[in-house]
Amino acid sequence: MNPTEHLAALQVVVPFLAAPLIVLLKAKRLAWAATTLTSLLTFCIAIALTMGVLDGQNYQYFMGSWPAPYGIELKVDAFSAVVLLIITGASTSALIAGYHSLDKQIGAKRQPMFFAAWILALAGLAGIVVSADAFNIFVFMEISSLASYVLVAGGPDRRALPAVFKYLIFGTIGATFYLIGVGLIYMMTGTLNIEDMGVRIADVADQSPVLVAAGFITVGLALKAALFPLHIWLPNAYTFAPHIVTVFLAACATKVSLYVLFRFDFFVFQENLGGQQLHFTFFFLPLSVFAILIASAVALFERNLKRLLAWSSVAQIGYIVLGASLVSIAGLTASVLHVFNHAIAKGSLFLAVACLACHIKRLRLTDIAGCAKAMPWTMGAMVLAGLSLIGVPGTAGFISKWYLISAVLELGGATGVFLTAVIVLGSLMAVIYVWRIVEYAYFKPQGKKPAVSEAPFGILAITWIVAIGNLYFGINPELAVTLSESAASVLMGHNK
Amino acid sequence: MELLGYYNYWVFAIVLMVGFYAVIVRNNLIKKLLGLAIFQSAVFLMYITMDKVEGATAPIIQEGVTDQIYSNPLPQVLILTAIVVGVSTTALGLAMVVRIKEAYGSIEEDDIIAKDRKS
Repeated sequence: MNPTEHLAALQVVVPFLAAPLIVLLKAKRLAWAATTLTSLLTFCIAIALTMGVLDGQNYQYFMGSWPAPYGIELKVDAFSAVVLLIITGASTSALIAGYHSLDKQIGAKRQPMFFAAWILALAGLAGIVVSADAFNIFVFMEISSLASYVLVAGGPDRRALPAVFKYLIFGTIGATFYLIGVGLIYMMTGTLNIEDMGVRIADVADQSPVLVAAGFITVGLALKAALFPLHIWLPNAYTFAPHIVTVFLAACATKVSLYVLFRFDFFVFQENLGGQQLHFTFFFLPLSVFAILIASAVALFERNLKRLLAWSSVAQIGYIVLGASLVSIAGLTASVLHVFNHAIAKGSLFLAVACLACHIKRLRLTDIAGCAKAMPWTMGAMVLAGLSLIGVPGTAGFISKWYLISAVLELGGATGVFLTAVIVLGSLMAVIYVWRIVEYAYFKPQGKKPAVSEAPFGILAITWIVAIGNLYFGINPELAVTLSESAASVLMGHNK
Repeated sequence: MELLGYYNYWVFAIVLMVGFYAVIVRNNLIKKLLGLAIFQSAVFLMYITMDKVEGATAPIIQEGVTDQIYSNPLPQVLILTAIVVGVSTTALGLAMVVRIKEAYGSIEEDDIIAKDRKS
């Protein structure tokens, strides 16, 4: 028996088993240590899976040894490996930062429960990614969503509560739409395995239930992924969540929904449904352009630091979807690459926000005025991550924007030029909103406020590790590019 | 009478929209949640409808019986899971409403927005 065979299942089983044990731990530091260890273990599993995938191994796991279309299949390919790395990496680094950051926001007694919800969210997100079964994806989606509602509601600000309520309503509507779509496809094909669906749907592709299903699944998942104009639940949920929860969710929650959306669209619908490729482009391309332009414009005028970054996240979803909507290898590569690079950039930005919040109570831009003198390291990491968000050469963000622009230019003609202009304009707006943060922190005089000092070492260290990741993947992009390219060919391979 | 033949699906669509309407239009958070519960129940109905085969029985194999038609048990199993998910969503939502009431003293969306503006 080869233990690596079970890695795909362990990725989900380990955090699931840890969750009830963490509830039992009464001491908050013990609960924190157990959670962080579990998360670190899942991160190691994700790394092992990624290395296997890079070696050309294909992880297929049949739950209970039932063969594929009848039993539940778990599958890890290059695309899942990238997303798994992001989920587990974001969770682990956020938890390490949580050692210092969490005490201010969540009472000691509630912490074990909070950590249990965290590990359930992690298990749910990982489950979505490894599962190859459409209904299992729904169940995991709800597990992770329910757990993340709890996490967001943990914040001390009462405005977190209406924000969570909105998040819950929208999340449930999105998941139910997905459920309706899966039901309709099951009705027509009699299978729940996504790859099997792709084969069987060809015979019934012209029938209306399948078309309706495509609509429900696409809209439902776009809602969960906060694609403009379905993003209105996102800014407040990110703003009022505890800081480390924002790090975790901003890095991976919406991206996992995009993962399911791409997987469904490229495995099941493309080529099978008449004109689906065109519908996909015409539906997503305009929305992603609006997302980039409008969300960046809103970020320009936002006065709260966290909400500014949340709006920037909505814009970044636009870039990711823009790449995929081109339905080409180059476009998808750029898309997956941006999923990865944006996770690092936004993760380190929100980690730096958590550092700031160690000593600054409210996070309006005016509150951080002049704080760079007292917190040079925190602001240094924030500037570095901000440069990556903009896409300055030498950082990770540059690589994905470069790939995106070359994918867009492949289209040629006026469309190519127009889309390039959109991407450049979006990046220019990013320059302005990142500059606003820098301007307040470095050049505005500090008002009459209690003296602030540098954040504790632990949280600073992890922030810098992630921030340097931006540089590392900007200078050595081979790993991310190789993974993204094989992810794109996995998605497009089913297109032939 | 093709239209009437889809009777169950009509009910599904109408109940779905009734629930959706309540979620969008209602101002009271509890009513919104009830709308959400109705919205989800409609989907349960769709799943249950599709596994019904006319003249079929429960899928239990009996000795000597060869010409029996069986209903598909899988959608029922799926929907059992979905019902559990629906119940936990509603429960979590209601818990949120309780906390909103404690924090704001109101469960009307307009009041909550107005109070946030003031602070």
